[in-house]
Amino acid sequence: MTADEAAVRELVSSALRERGEVVADRWVQLQLEQAALGTGISEAELREEADTLVDALGAGLRDDVPVARVVTTHRELRQAVITLSLRRARAGATPTGTSLAVLALKEALLEAVRGYTSDTGELLSAALLINRLLDAAGALSFETYVEGREEIIQRQSRQLLELSTPVVRLWDKVLAVPLIGTLDTARTQVVMENLLEAIQENESRVAIIDITGVPTVDTAVAQHLLQTVNAVRLMGADCVISGIRPPIAQTIAQLGIDLSAILTRATLADALAESLRLTGQSGPRTEGAVLR
Amino acid sequence: MTGRTAGVPILRLGDVLVTGLLNELDDHSATAFTEELTERISADDARGVLIDVSRLELIDSFVARTLMELTTVARLLGARVIVAGMRPAVALTLVELGLQLTGVETALNAEQGMAALGWEQVAHVPGPSAPAALGDPGGSP
Amino acid sequence: MTLYDDDLRALGGGPGEEPPPPSAPARIAIRAEEDLLTARHAVRGAAVEAGFGLVDQTRVVTAASELARNTYVHGGGGALTVEHLHGPRRGLRLTFEDQGPGIADLDAALADGYTTGAGLGHGLGGARRLMDEFQVCSEPGRGTRVVVTRWTRA
Repeated sequence: MTADEAAVRELVSSALRERGEVVADRWVQLQLEQAALGTGISEAELREEADTLVDALGAGLRDDVPVARVVTTHRELRQAVITLSLRRARAGATPTGTSLAVLALKEALLEAVRGYTSDTGELLSAALLINRLLDAAGALSFETYVEGREEIIQRQSRQLLELSTPVVRLWDKVLAVPLIGTLDTARTQVVMENLLEAIQENESRVAIIDITGVPTVDTAVAQHLLQTVNAVRLMGADCVISGIRPPIAQTIAQLGIDLSAILTRATLADALAESLRLTGQSGPRTEGAVLR
Repeated sequence: MTGRTAGVPILRLGDVLVTGLLNELDDHSATAFTEELTERISADDARGVLIDVSRLELIDSFVARTLMELTTVARLLGARVIVAGMRPAVALTLVELGLQLTGVETALNAEQGMAALGWEQVAHVPGPSAPAALGDPGGSP
Repeated sequence: MTLYDDDLRALGGGPGEEPPPPSAPARIAIRAEEDLLTARHAVRGAAVEAGFGLVDQTRVVTAASELARNTYVHGGGGALTVEHLHGPRRGLRLTFEDQGPGIADLDAALADGYTTGAGLGHGLGGARRLMDEFQVCSEPGRGTRVVVTRWTRA
């Protein structure tokens, strides 16, 4: 570290230490001005972020490491940048917005340094130092943001999968899963697992799988559906499939599966009527057990 | 390991034998269990057998074979076997393994299994039931 | 790395943090009938550690139970190696090895209903269906090696 560099570093450090609050205020203000930067993040949160980050920056600069590596090596500072970026990723801010938020801090910090010197050379050195310091923050922020978004996307697709296969309690001891759209193996497996768990939870006697909204299935999915029916039986409940469309009927027929073991009904209403018969106290079937 | 019994208690309720399989079931114990239960069905002149499997975290082909054999043997001796309380994950895995336990009667839980074996009073828990109110069960909607 | 399960402030790590060191493969001898239970326990523990859901745990342990029984009954005993896979995908790999008589007709052994022992003849084929990857090499008179893998779901 040259003497000049040390002097400039001390200058920025002092600005952060003595005028930290001003820097934080200015940064919050800049972010609020550019509404796009602060999507969904309240002023109070921005303020808290700013205080934490400014403190951490000051502390980081006092460490004996090269300016460009301060952000990544100082624990609190690094954490502050990660927290800030994740919060933006979570709030749905754009990547540009997130980078601009970090860039706005450069402006706020440089303004504060201006109060300490009017020497153009010194100001230029300070600007370069702030650049090196915060470019590292920008890079870390971007990296975190991307990872955060990926995590969110994964989580959302899982949630979507769950949402798209709701198990509803149609009647006392009767559950139904209305399936809509194309079924793939992953979704069918989620349906199976959710349905079986719901049967256990509700002590349901009949489960209706309504596939009126499913245009077609491939053989793998047809197999999974039939496995579901068998698993439901092993648990001691009955399974009724309703709304089988002609193409699906053909697929099932091509699999050479013995349909006599599977209860099917044309519509969900027919399936419910059948379910009520199955669970009825005076029904012809023996209460409580499924005989195959 | 060397004993003849499987260490699984078999209770008698009227003409029904009630028993449950434990999770740590090895092949040897499963075989011993089959033999013991078969003897008890005959000795007690049982008409029904309830096997609670709700504690089993795993049913592989050996246990599946045990359950199927028991069902057949019991039927030959004049008793009806109900396997109750199979866990969802176990049922799913068993089906994927290719085992449907053909011929084995199942029930959601021990209460419903007992109800099926004629112990209605044990199982009848009045709940928010509704189906009867709709009338004409099985009719067109 | 799951970034979202906890409060943001509680986050200890972030990008660039070192992944946890992979657990060393565990080797379990399958010499006696009790070893089948030991093998199941070890596989259950490893499946939980790998982050499998309940159904996947059951699949993996059931497959392990079938294959361990094969190793013991048909292979005359051998060993199971349990290995955690990290890399781009997480998973669990189980290797069953024996120096037994080997399998004369692999295709037949993989078909449902084929049995030379006390099971239901679903061991090998069933285990294949429960796992994502399945490899078997067998040489008559030299022994059998079955390698199965299941990946965690994204």
